[in-house]
Amino acid sequence: MRKVAIYGKGGIGKSTTTQNTVAGLAEMGKKVMVIGCDPKADSTRLLLGGLQQKTVLDTLREEGEEVELEDIIKQGYKLTRCTESGGPEPGVGCAGRGIITSVNLLEQLGAFDDEWDLDYVFYDVLGDVVCGGFAMPIRDGKAEEIYIVCSGEMMAMYAANNICKGILKYADAGGVRLGGLICNSRKVDNEREMIEELARRIGTQMIHFVPRDNFVQRAEINRKTVIDYDPTHPQADEYRALANKINENKMFVIPKPLEIEELEQLLIEFGIAN
Amino acid sequence: MAREGLTINPAKTCQPIGAMYAALGIHGCLPHSHGSQGCCSYHRSTLTRHYKEPVMAATSSFTEGASVFGGQANLLQAIETIFTVYDPDIIAVHSTCLSETIGDDLQQITKKAKDDGKIPEGKYVIYASTPSFVGSHITGYANMVTGMAEQFSVSTGEKKEQINIIAGWMEPSDMREIKRLSKEMGVKIVLFPDTSDVLDAPQTGKHELYPKGGVTVSELQSSGDSICSLALGCISAEPAAIALEKKHKVPFETLDMPIGLSATDRFVMSLSKAAGVAVPAEITAERGRLVDVMADMEQYFHGKKVALFGDPDHLIPLTEFLLDLNMKPVHIVSGTPGQRFDKRMQEILERAPYANFKNGLNADMFLLHQWIKNEPVDLLIGNTYGKYIARDEDIPFIRFGFPILDRIGHSYFPNVGYSGSLRLVEKILSALMDRQDRTCLEEKFELVM
Repeated sequence: MRKVAIYGKGGIGKSTTTQNTVAGLAEMGKKVMVIGCDPKADSTRLLLGGLQQKTVLDTLREEGEEVELEDIIKQGYKLTRCTESGGPEPGVGCAGRGIITSVNLLEQLGAFDDEWDLDYVFYDVLGDVVCGGFAMPIRDGKAEEIYIVCSGEMMAMYAANNICKGILKYADAGGVRLGGLICNSRKVDNEREMIEELARRIGTQMIHFVPRDNFVQRAEINRKTVIDYDPTHPQADEYRALANKINENKMFVIPKPLEIEELEQLLIEFGIAN
Repeated sequence: MAREGLTINPAKTCQPIGAMYAALGIHGCLPHSHGSQGCCSYHRSTLTRHYKEPVMAATSSFTEGASVFGGQANLLQAIETIFTVYDPDIIAVHSTCLSETIGDDLQQITKKAKDDGKIPEGKYVIYASTPSFVGSHITGYANMVTGMAEQFSVSTGEKKEQINIIAGWMEPSDMREIKRLSKEMGVKIVLFPDTSDVLDAPQTGKHELYPKGGVTVSELQSSGDSICSLALGCISAEPAAIALEKKHKVPFETLDMPIGLSATDRFVMSLSKAAGVAVPAEITAERGRLVDVMADMEQYFHGKKVALFGDPDHLIPLTEFLLDLNMKPVHIVSGTPGQRFDKRMQEILERAPYANFKNGLNADMFLLHQWIKNEPVDLLIGNTYGKYIARDEDIPFIRFGFPILDRIGHSYFPNVGYSGSLRLVEKILSALMDRQDRTCLEEKFELVM
């Protein structure tokens, strides 16, 4: 079983990319579980064809310790197993602790046990690694490979670099490694070259360049992944390609985050200055 | 009207107290509280008051800064200072509500301490996650004992002729008694944790920071090679046995803590079977003495109503023992949650369909008091906090469990085994008979009882 965590700047398209990729893996016959680690609980909407009704933390709050696995895991597109950690409303409580609690609970309930015969577990994590709780999915024994979704925009690259700092901390203590950057294109100038260079300097690869296509939005408004909505669309092939590259990936590294000056220099060389 | 959102005088305390107590059962171990200073002080003082021994523990002394930036720097510094100044063999780190909430990962920090060379050769740092907003002190105890099993045990591939006995939360006197019984039977055991000769250390005129008792590192390491494990308590001991099974395929059997006749019978038989030894005549005689007293004094026990509160692995066999004595356990309360506990109690209480039992949230001392007011009892059994109810309702009261802050004895005289059960019988009888002597009509006042 491969355990994968997806990180990236807020709004970059982590959940969309994750679900579309998972659809690609599921189409290949892989058994995948997706754990949404975002209080908004929208990481499995496209696989389930709508929002998960009950999150792990809602269930825990309402039913105390008597939580059953069936209550919190729903079956989505091509037998994918979907669960949402959930969490507090904006501005209250502690979302980070929520992730720690729900990941622990899923483990206790045996969500990752052999009986489920899982090939992949995907943690779709909210935004940046802003506190200890958001690093829960990369603690020892949890996710072993990380993909960072980014684009050629400065803040997305800045966030990707920051996430590498978080990975570095945990890579020393456990087995977590960076599997690559996924460029979710924003049609920035020289985007592909710039992310390839960023990846090179961090010591990893750009595993795939996902071109921008409004069709993704169309599928999304219909609560479906692209592969599900229109399997023949060229964008579906892009996600299939990404799924395949992740499935074949052998490059797992401890990242070398850049100094901020180096990151800015990169932008000047490849982006804004041109 | 049912109470929903309020707990009054909880029948439980913090996870770290249990972790700290368990850690003291390792020889040469200094417990370390990864959090603010107040946590550590509270846990130390409760243990000190219960054992009347100075309980030492270190703290990461979180400040505002540590809460914001994470406690890694504090713990790394603490580990360095502790090994330099206090020189323990082991530091057993447990987390607290604060360090858990901010997401400090003890595994990652202790690994870093090791990589940075802050842990001297031949010394160890183990850890357990013990947030107090989950479970109770019993959960914390179980987590630290599991940490010991997971982080120390190794398997060499060669089985050792020994049996692990994983002690649920019991007193040093109880652990001493388990060791005596095993020795009497000629069985080599690894008992962990083992707080005997740590928290009941003799007065020698010299203060030992690390008294001679406690399970040793080499014993803990060898637990991965043992024939099997016997876990004494399905809540406080079983998780460690499961960890050993997962890590080294050491099979295990979970037993109730050997309090009372039936539970001790099961313990003795399981140990005899696991080790392939006969039960020696001396132990059979001990059993016989207990049975004799139970039979001789039956008339004083029969039908007496008892209310009891405390911790799961105590309440399960204690309730069973009260039923064996033909007493009536009518009200039972524990603040420790858990379906496993609930299920085991239901099994025991098949013989007592009249009993009120509640555990977990809202199962508190206030509820117990209400139940007693509705249906008065002849005897109350529980920790020191029961004395308020005993006084209000004028009920004979036996102190049992944790904490006992106003009596001594628990450190020195066991409650487990046949002799421990005999002591319990004596205490119950004395409480009931003293009451009778004090309150009965003059013409009913008996010289011979």
